Amino acid sequence: MPAYGTDKRHHTLTVLVENKAGVLARVASLFSRRGYNIFSLAVAPTNDERFSRITIVVDVESAPLDQIVKQLDKLIPVVSITELPPSSSRERELLLATVRATPELRGQVIQLVGVFEGKIIDVGLDCLTVMLAGAPTKLDDFEDLIRGYGIIELQRTGRVALPMLDRSADRTSANVLGFAPPTEKAG
Amino acid sequence: MELTGAQALIKSLEMQQVEVMFGLPGGAILPVYDPIIDSSIRHILVRHEQGAGHMAEGYAQVTGRPGVAIVTSGPGATNIVTPLADAYMDSIPLVVVTGQVATSSIGSDAFQESDITGITMGITKHNWLITDAGDIPRVVAEAFHVATTGRPGPVLIDVPKDVAQSAMEWYWPQPSDLDLPGYRPVTEGDPALIRQAAELILAAERPVLYAGGGILKARASEGLRELAERTGIPVVTTLMARGSFPDSHPLCLGMPGMHGNYTAVTAMQRSDLLIALGSRFDDRVTGRVDAFAPEAKVVHVDIDPAEHHKVRRADVAIAGDCRSVIDDLLGALDALGLPHADTTRGGRGGSPSDAVEGAPAVAGSVADSLPRHRLSPWRATLSDWQTRFPLVYDPADTSGGLKPQMVLETLRDATPDDTIVASGVGQHQMFASQWWQFDYPYTWVNSGGLGTMGFAVPAAIGAKVGRPDRTVWAVDGDGCFQMTAQELVTASAERIPVKIAILNNAYLGMVRQWQEMFYGERYSEVYLSPDLPDYVGWAEAMGCVGIRVESPDEVAPAIDKANAVDDRPVVIDFRTDAAEKVFPMVAAGSSNDQIVVDPSQAKEIR
Repeated sequence: MPAYGTDKRHHTLTVLVENKAGVLARVASLFSRRGYNIFSLAVAPTNDERFSRITIVVDVESAPLDQIVKQLDKLIPVVSITELPPSSSRERELLLATVRATPELRGQVIQLVGVFEGKIIDVGLDCLTVMLAGAPTKLDDFEDLIRGYGIIELQRTGRVALPMLDRSADRTSANVLGFAPPTEKAG
Repeated sequence: MELTGAQALIKSLEMQQVEVMFGLPGGAILPVYDPIIDSSIRHILVRHEQGAGHMAEGYAQVTGRPGVAIVTSGPGATNIVTPLADAYMDSIPLVVVTGQVATSSIGSDAFQESDITGITMGITKHNWLITDAGDIPRVVAEAFHVATTGRPGPVLIDVPKDVAQSAMEWYWPQPSDLDLPGYRPVTEGDPALIRQAAELILAAERPVLYAGGGILKARASEGLRELAERTGIPVVTTLMARGSFPDSHPLCLGMPGMHGNYTAVTAMQRSDLLIALGSRFDDRVTGRVDAFAPEAKVVHVDIDPAEHHKVRRADVAIAGDCRSVIDDLLGALDALGLPHADTTRGGRGGSPSDAVEGAPAVAGSVADSLPRHRLSPWRATLSDWQTRFPLVYDPADTSGGLKPQMVLETLRDATPDDTIVASGVGQHQMFASQWWQFDYPYTWVNSGGLGTMGFAVPAAIGAKVGRPDRTVWAVDGDGCFQMTAQELVTASAERIPVKIAILNNAYLGMVRQWQEMFYGERYSEVYLSPDLPDYVGWAEAMGCVGIRVESPDEVAPAIDKANAVDDRPVVIDFRTDAAEKVFPMVAAGSSNDQIVVDPSQAKEIR
């Protein structure tokens, strides 16, 4: 069974928007008004300060993907929308968790964090705060494994994604819905 | 040249060739009202901001130009929310300017503060909160561009008081200066898809052209007519498209939908090809969607790609402007060998009653076109339905008051053919759409999608301002009239001679009809009284001529009297029969196959 949020119901849209006040509210309001479900959402400016990128994982049980994309596209500050299928994109997410780790169990937790290439970012008397970045499924696995120790608090960011680099000659084969994004300044 | 933000705003509206705006001042918009004194733009002072919005809509619908309204912050802004929602549903280009509290006060719950950009986010095509006076010309240019291009719609510009008062250096933006990187509306359809549509059209045996409001928005009436005449395909015109194809034309089937005529509704149900042109498969047209036109393939032309497959999956979905796509479609039909029809055109000839009740006499030019042989059985079927199921009422039965249909027929016949008719929402609206003969585009102004009671009076005023050369009648209900009648004060003060026919049945008639049919005649809160208010006295108090009509023989003289008045509004209080119901009717949630016709025709149904 695929991990929560990675099944066929869920699609990742990366939405390039104008970096202006209220744009996130417009996107959120559209989803709410049309009865579309957001599974996760991450937003931050891009390297071009005129634009921000919103990465939305949508649940297409509530509406066909085609409708969601076309309605999003009608928002004036939405510049471009690209669907990123998991098979041809790099998806990452960040997880922070405070885990119960009494002195006798601390070693096991640290070892587990090491296996997952995470980091310990805070240490308390009987707990640790750990950080882990990775593919959403990897985070799911980690979450399952540390649950037994006792999760005190856990926060995930929601996923961000970029298209997988195409090593063939044709670079335009990304699954771009709507229109192509404007050329962003080279970082 | 240094201007204040307020001066720049008014100058920007002048640069957009705005000739009239509808509004009402207040605290936060005060600075913007000062330069209006010196402006070439006519300002019409309304009595309620909702009136300003509907007037701007009426103006926009008859002129094709964006309607402009200007109001203050807080309650002024929230009062115009209904017209914005209305314009959004019916794709009417509107530019609404609202005052806002000073930028330093935004978010502090200041006096008359409301988050109008937040409130109207879902009911405008876009909105802007201006924070720098230097942005004003660019934002105004962007606002008009967004409102009028692509699928038209309302936009809102929120102007804080301090922005209006601060200085800026005047400029007027070039098109390239507009900052709209995410706005690229489509106009032309994909030629390959258009060819596929043409092939479907030539292969169809029971095709129907399903014309929607997009025909009018795209100014595509001529193209629609050419398409219909060359292919011989009959046309239904939705509530938003009345007048886009002449009702007197032999190929016109009239209005489909919940209260459409039997032939229009059933033609769509039995069709094997629906060619949807600027229509959106509204629930009032489709009835129960899964039972709608079960055998039909669908060609769907819409400038808004989000309409494609939203309700009904299209076999060929063409994103583009209706006028351009119809032209290209005619070209594609040429290429596939569809001959040109004789230039003598049918239509315009029939008497008004023929179009409504009579069988369509197929004009020679239409019959000579290529799909004639294949389509003749279809047209014969439609013609049979038109003969068996005309719109009917019993004019002899006047025991319960005037028949609303009789009032409308008399009004229709006593007014010029290009009269503009505005209506509110309810029974009177459906009767008007059914019984009027719309032979010219842009003569029908109504609230289709949102169904806004109270639309008629202000919309008629706006329409008359936009087309002072035309006779403008509002057909209103007594319930609707009471919602916005105060704008007749505006009309009197501004010498805008609109005419209002109230079909006064003393009820919220459509709700009463549903309670009678679906709630076992349990009438809950629908009685309004015919005499409270006294409509004649009220009309006169507002500076109008007021006339009451109670008997059938007074109807025509009263209308003639109203038509003779051209220096002030006229209100006629027609006392109509409360028991009269709108038929045919497809009950909400039912299939269009379950159409309920007038009881006198029920035996005709298979």
